[in-house]
Amino acid sequence: MVNILEQDQELLKGLADNNKKSVEEIYRLNYSMIRTLVLNNNGSIDDARDIFQEAMVVLYEKSKAPTFALTCQIKTYVYSICKRLWLKRLQQLSKFSTQVESLEETVSVEEEIEEHEKVNNNFILMEHAMSKIGEPCKSLLDAYYLQKKSMVAIAGEFGYTNADNAKTQKYKCLVRLKKLFFAQYKNA
Amino acid sequence: MEDILLLEAVERYLAGDMSAEEKTFFEDLRKKNADIDQLVVEHTYFLEGLNQYGSIKSFKHALHNVEATLAEEGIFDTPKSTGRARVVNFWNKYKRNMAVAASIAGFISILTLGLMITYTKKYNNENYVSLVKELVKTNTEVYKLKNTGSISNKREKIEPKIDFRGTGFLIDGKGYLVTNAHVINKMKNVYVENTKGQYYTAAALYIDNAFDLAILKINDTAFNAVINLPYSIKKANSDLGEQFFTLGFPRNEIVYGEGYVSAKSGSNGDTTAYQLTVSVNPGNSGGPVINRNGEIIGIITAKDSKADGVVYAAKSKNIFKLLEKLKKDDSKFELIKTPSNTNLKGLDRVQQVKKMENFVYMVVGN
Repeated sequence: MVNILEQDQELLKGLADNNKKSVEEIYRLNYSMIRTLVLNNNGSIDDARDIFQEAMVVLYEKSKAPTFALTCQIKTYVYSICKRLWLKRLQQLSKFSTQVESLEETVSVEEEIEEHEKVNNNFILMEHAMSKIGEPCKSLLDAYYLQKKSMVAIAGEFGYTNADNAKTQKYKCLVRLKKLFFAQYKNA
Repeated sequence: MEDILLLEAVERYLAGDMSAEEKTFFEDLRKKNADIDQLVVEHTYFLEGLNQYGSIKSFKHALHNVEATLAEEGIFDTPKSTGRARVVNFWNKYKRNMAVAASIAGFISILTLGLMITYTKKYNNENYVSLVKELVKTNTEVYKLKNTGSISNKREKIEPKIDFRGTGFLIDGKGYLVTNAHVINKMKNVYVENTKGQYYTAAALYIDNAFDLAILKINDTAFNAVINLPYSIKKANSDLGEQFFTLGFPRNEIVYGEGYVSAKSGSNGDTTAYQLTVSVNPGNSGGPVINRNGEIIGIITAKDSKADGVVYAAKSKNIFKLLEKLKKDDSKFELIKTPSNTNLKGLDRVQQVKKMENFVYMVVGN
């Protein structure tokens, strides 16, 4: 048991560091279980992939949080998340009275799901705002805030005469993005 | 411009890039100025969101890459789930539909009964003659050995006695042929022979008497799969007057014929067939009816014994209907891939026939 947990800790560390091998390993260890869960509960292969991907994002978010400590196996955790997510999905479709038949043990993941929904919601809003600011703002912000490139590199790449001009432009873009982003909140 | 300077200050403050002096000054400013304080809070929240967006976005990107790798290993393929789970799943998924299906089934069975009565009538029509050739005497001369290559050895071993002859054609290069059900019905052993004189043992995979179609599979190890069949099979109905040619084995040699679609239904208004005007003879049954684009539009089935040149052919879309049905019932039929492209378009007839004849087989048996 200790060994399993140690292995899981390693995997989580890899996940937080964006290590491809760790992501692959988690997929290999857990995907078929989730596929069975979803398929046995009115879902398709595509649903299983979707749900599993979402659970991976939750796990990733968790693994990055400094306060996170795994209290059960990754397997149990992923299974619990997926079950909860799938149940939610079924409820939204309101196709079936919601009983998800499951074989594995689960842990309570209510907080995680709630947190994830918030994050996911933000993600969608941000993506939407990003899609509306247009170029070159989008690439500029992407390069600075997401790819974490230096202002000098960005100036060179985008053809600004110096880093200061690029920086000014970047802030202008950021103000626009921020406006778009918060406007959605007001409308929502 | 002032906004921008302020934003920069906020970002430097949040990133911890300010000198101690600057920081004290800024914090002082925050305390005094509620607007600036608000801006810091808001911007913190916004940047967090942006960073989170960035990290999730790149993580999702990484996930896609991993999925692509794993997909190559087949991890996402539909599992061959074990019996019970699959049935339970199936039942759960479709139980609501079952009730509806059951009532439709009831209705259909009544309808089918009606259809069967009409269908039976068709064969009671005394003028309707199937075009399978019954060979009265065993034609030894026909199967005299040509001493060429390996085929001859094989032949000596088998030397089948031939009682019936019809025609068939490949619908999948892996050795799947279509012919008429009535060609096969009386045969105990089935052989197919191509125009080069090579012949192979074959087996009837499925016989559908309602469509009068049969699917054969060449199960001879000597048969080499054909990669590309030059013709396709037409899904739609053909128009009146459409010209076609046909290839078949009314003799022990391939025979060419041409004609046109003369009615959109077959004997006694059978809508699964066409009436054609063409000259065919016993032995032509199961032969392909090919339009000028190289699409198979039908399968020769029968002729009227009294009227001249009145021939019936099963519509090509019946092949698809049959295959669809079979694929549902038995996964082994999923292997059958019908050709979807024709390379015969625009060629002159002689060339079309040359390309086509290699895939039309004499179907013989005893």
